Amino acid sequence: MTLWRLIAKEIAYRRLNFALSVVAVLVAVGCLVAELVLLRAHDLRAEGIAESKEARTRGMVGKLEEDYIKITLGLGYNVLVLSKDQDLGRFYAQGVAETTMPEAYVKRLAESRVITVQHLMPTLQERIEWPEKGKLPILLMGTRGEVPIAHRDAKKPLLQPVAKGTLVVGSLVGERLGLKKGDAATLRGQSFTVAEVRPPRGNEDDVTVWADLGEAQALLGRPGEINAILALSCFCAEATLDGMRKEIGTALDQKVQVLELAREAATRRAARARASALAEEVVQSEEAGRAEQRTERQGFAEWIVPLVIVGCTVWVGLMAFSNARDRRGEIGVLRALGVRGGQVLAVFLGRALLVGLAGAALGYALGLGVAAAWDARQGGGVGLAALVAPWVLAGTLVLAPLFSAIASFVPALVAAGQDPAEILQDQ
Amino acid sequence: MPDNRGVADDVLSISNLVKTYRRAGKEVRAVDGVALAVAPGEFVAVQGPSGCGKTTLLLVAGGLLRPDGGRVAVGGDDPYALSAEGRARFRAARIGFVFQQFHLVPYLSVLDNVLVPSLAEARPGAAARARGLVERFGLGPRADHRPGELSTGERQRVALARALLNEPRLILADEPTGNLDRASAAVVLDHLAEFAKADGAVLLVTHDPWAAQRATRQVRMETGRLVS
Repeated sequence: MTLWRLIAKEIAYRRLNFALSVVAVLVAVGCLVAELVLLRAHDLRAEGIAESKEARTRGMVGKLEEDYIKITLGLGYNVLVLSKDQDLGRFYAQGVAETTMPEAYVKRLAESRVITVQHLMPTLQERIEWPEKGKLPILLMGTRGEVPIAHRDAKKPLLQPVAKGTLVVGSLVGERLGLKKGDAATLRGQSFTVAEVRPPRGNEDDVTVWADLGEAQALLGRPGEINAILALSCFCAEATLDGMRKEIGTALDQKVQVLELAREAATRRAARARASALAEEVVQSEEAGRAEQRTERQGFAEWIVPLVIVGCTVWVGLMAFSNARDRRGEIGVLRALGVRGGQVLAVFLGRALLVGLAGAALGYALGLGVAAAWDARQGGGVGLAALVAPWVLAGTLVLAPLFSAIASFVPALVAAGQDPAEILQDQ
Repeated sequence: MPDNRGVADDVLSISNLVKTYRRAGKEVRAVDGVALAVAPGEFVAVQGPSGCGKTTLLLVAGGLLRPDGGRVAVGGDDPYALSAEGRARFRAARIGFVFQQFHLVPYLSVLDNVLVPSLAEARPGAAARARGLVERFGLGPRADHRPGELSTGERQRVALARALLNEPRLILADEPTGNLDRASAAVVLDHLAEFAKADGAVLLVTHDPWAAQRATRQVRMETGRLVS
């Protein structure tokens, strides 16, 4: 005779008590497992949907990027025409061309049949110090506005000319010199009126002073000379940049060099970056939505599952009390025959472990089955095989017997501590 | 009346035993200065009316109820000098109990019931010995039956077989024939007598003069004292 045989025989004899205790554990484990499996199913499904959505979004973004490229290509190029003798290294380093070319070039270009250029703006630029204003460093830019192109219809000019006798000053220049519209200002001995103080732009324009091209040429001692022609919105849908260079070069006897301004490339990069950021935002928003849904479900589980577990633990404890009460006479005689209190405790706790094991195994199967069926009803179920988590099974097989033993511990202790003499006298 | 025959090799030796119950503010002296010795081969019957303290005497003698005074020795050893766990082992090894209500485990078969003491004292050959006892007490055909399927006489024989499994020197029997007919009672008393003859010792408490007459020695107990 062993304690396990005694336990097994007793369970077979009091099947109802054992079954009711197992049902309690089954309910608790079933709820827990079902909730864990549903959360796992949610995660797996969300992962699949996220991957699929991300792939679709990436595809859309790729298409969007292509569209951006086409659109920005359609906008054409902005180019800068400099003298052929300009050292490009120094130009890139200083940001201003040192070598000049005849202002007549712009007239020739405007009158030529260059089909790619939409707007022409000749300028004479030089970095100087404003002698009357404490030698403030400025970029003096002489401009005559836009030169109309002979063979095209009149377009709205992109840049207005600066009236003679006036200056337009950048925001920093205006701020440092305390200039405002209508103020008188003297530059290199010549009197001007401030026509406008430009708002801040965060670039070189803020330290620029614009003047009429002729007056700027006089101030800089370069009459009839310019050092750059800005050719804007060059329409290159059919022509390449190389083709345009060739066309301008031919019109000006190959005495100039044509540079592409980086603005469009930057625009394309920015467009792509914006498209990527948009895609990322869409994916992140989707993930956040699913995470919120999971948190809601988890929050519910965190409330209901412990409640069920506590309820079932109390149930198991009450069944253990009932079992101990029914077996009072048996315990009395066992103790009289020399069975020790620890052995009686082991009998009750061993029974509780079996209750926990049986409840855990059945509860896991039930919880898994119910959760898988529920998941399948949601549409696009991830399948039973994917939901089987060995760690959940292992956890329930360890924790359920432990909880069952804890719930039965007090009844077992009471049973083990009973006085056999008292029981025998009562009976 | 004190019994002064006690010697060192008595199986059971009780001297000046006192046990008092305190219930609802009242004291009841259930055992009052009892002295008794049971030698090997003796079958002693303690006879007396209900409530005279017979069962209390038996429980104290069996190491189940600590006395308020006096001394108990089984095989020369005082069980109350041991811890509760030690006393349980002591009972399993040295004393067999037979009760009026049989106290069989309802979900175990006859054979398993006889084997119950092996839970407390696992000795080699217990299973074979249990089968032998079952046969000896005429329970062979009933070996796989549960107590609920047995007659009262058969149940008491199972209880007697259980008491003998660990080969104790002393059997304490509390009204073992109280629920039995004469024929069944005779069988049980014969087995107790047989055990005593085989160098064992039996202390039987009963209110039944007929059962007491089967003992080798009879003593009478009234209001907690041995009077003859």
